Amino acid sequence: MARPLDADGRPLDPEVLALPAVTSPPAAAVGPASGAGITRWWRRFARNKGAVFGLAVFVAVVAMAVFAGALAPYDPLAQGVGAPLQTPSLAHWAGTDSFGRDMLSRIIYGARIALVVGILAVLLALVVGVTLGLVAGYYGGVVDAVIMRVMDGLFAFPIIILAIAMMAVVGFGVKNLIIAVAVGFIAPFARVTRGDVLAVKEEPYIEAARLVGVGSLAIIFRHVLPNVLAPIIVQGALRVSGAIITEAGLSFLGLGPPPPTPVWGSMIAEGRNFIVMASHVSTLPGVALMVTIVGLNLLGDGLRDTLDPRMRQ
Amino acid sequence: MLRFILSRVGQTIAVLFTVSVIIFALMRMIPGDPVLMMLGDDFTQDAYQRLRAQLGFDRSIVTQYLIWIGNILAGDFGDSYLNHERVSRLVFDAFLPTLSLVVASVIVGILIAVPSGLIAAMRKDSAWDYGSMGFAIVVYSMPSFWKGIILIWIGSVYLGWFPAMGYVHPWTDFWPAMWRLALPALTLGTFFSGLVARIIRSSLLEVLDQDYIKAARAKGVRQAALVYKHALSNALIPVVTVIGLQFGALLGGAVLTETVFSIPGMGRLTVSAILNRDYTVVQGTILVGVFAVVGVNLLVDLTYSFLNPKIRVT
Repeated sequence: MARPLDADGRPLDPEVLALPAVTSPPAAAVGPASGAGITRWWRRFARNKGAVFGLAVFVAVVAMAVFAGALAPYDPLAQGVGAPLQTPSLAHWAGTDSFGRDMLSRIIYGARIALVVGILAVLLALVVGVTLGLVAGYYGGVVDAVIMRVMDGLFAFPIIILAIAMMAVVGFGVKNLIIAVAVGFIAPFARVTRGDVLAVKEEPYIEAARLVGVGSLAIIFRHVLPNVLAPIIVQGALRVSGAIITEAGLSFLGLGPPPPTPVWGSMIAEGRNFIVMASHVSTLPGVALMVTIVGLNLLGDGLRDTLDPRMRQ
Repeated sequence: MLRFILSRVGQTIAVLFTVSVIIFALMRMIPGDPVLMMLGDDFTQDAYQRLRAQLGFDRSIVTQYLIWIGNILAGDFGDSYLNHERVSRLVFDAFLPTLSLVVASVIVGILIAVPSGLIAAMRKDSAWDYGSMGFAIVVYSMPSFWKGIILIWIGSVYLGWFPAMGYVHPWTDFWPAMWRLALPALTLGTFFSGLVARIIRSSLLEVLDQDYIKAARAKGVRQAALVYKHALSNALIPVVTVIGLQFGALLGGAVLTETVFSIPGMGRLTVSAILNRDYTVVQGTILVGVFAVVGVNLLVDLTYSFLNPKIRVT
């Protein structure tokens, strides 16, 4: 340990310190951090047909959300662009709803709320959960016990119930919807992170960093976090579909963004009343929702199988 | 074994305590004054203070929690703010339909999952495998409320075979009850089957790769006998775990399924109580729901350790 610090006085990378027996893979080999890593990972990923299909669906849904304005044939909020409750036709590919609004346009715009809430809720849960997991795993003791017992408690709640209760606390609106959905997903992130931190913490390079006087926070975020990131990314990818389903469930119960916002869950709920004479109002938004979820689940499974070192043969 | 049971029971009690604190805190964080809600529009300052004191809202938050948890441990969940019914009564009445739904769904789920997981593993990488696993991921990915509507559309509106909604206790009138439960149980059961089928497949493949199976095969045991006699019983152990891990998801799915089929269960009670700010009912339903989840997890862990002695040591 002759040169523990670099020219700027920053601690050297663990890899530069060249300590032997680094059992957990260095960050670069795990995720898409280096060029060679990406190519190798992509080759594994591309072999998984389901995952590639999932990726294609995800890209398509993202495109639908981003280019909704260009793709939608009508204004999703404009009433009476067609006769109410028309079944699918050439003029309205997905028919019209009870207000004579174009269903296809509403379904296309619906991708926005689904993706925004689904992805942001998971990101929020990830940031909070990972921070808690890092702190609990690194410091251990009472801090660990308190944080993890609260996580155990949160974990026991059915996610939708917790989200409903949170909606009651935080109130309506998209921002609050994101918070309410996120709460149910914090515990899994905290658990996964903590478990891996416990293993990484014992690695020689962490010990080395501590010995040369690197502060706890720097060790946690610069040396521990990059080495536990792969399973966290996988968790994140796996949870987005659950977050979207939760959002749709809340919207279905009438706790989502208020009408006339085009939201898949609310559209399905609205269509229930017309199931006998105009089943498309309920069924078609559900198809969009289902295809999105199937795609995300396949994509998540594919990422898990190719990214997580523990799943890799 | 006794030590294992005691430590698991201890953990369970710790989780239940945390859960009770979380629920209590959540309910106190909900904006709006339940005292005002109970009093209605016309009241005096004096009446307000009296009711507040009567409900215990003038004491410290810790005292309020201790009184609350003490009452609950004594079996007293309080009265509904809204219609003054006993919460324990309301929750009990709502719990039975939900329980019937969840039990029926688990049965439906296993009836679908075992054959499809089995065939997928025995004919790995065949059309059967892709077909049943594709089916599994699709039914698992369909949101329960939407699947329920589709089933109503096909089963009640189009075919006219099943009633679209309503609930009868199985012990009041068994066959009509089953008739009404069929679509909801199919809704939730297919979700569960999607999950279980994939696990049966992978655990069966793993078991089939073990030495004792190879030994049996070398001895000349036929493939079918191998699977049914030697592999399946071991491959089914993880299913027990899935029931435990997914019981919460099942209960959550039941909330939405109940709404679709107008079943007067826990889900509907919870949602309407939250919208009405009926604190005591919300506390009661969530507490009982989460207690059920934690209790089932404990049971599953104990069953699992009984089925698989290796677990007990750790």
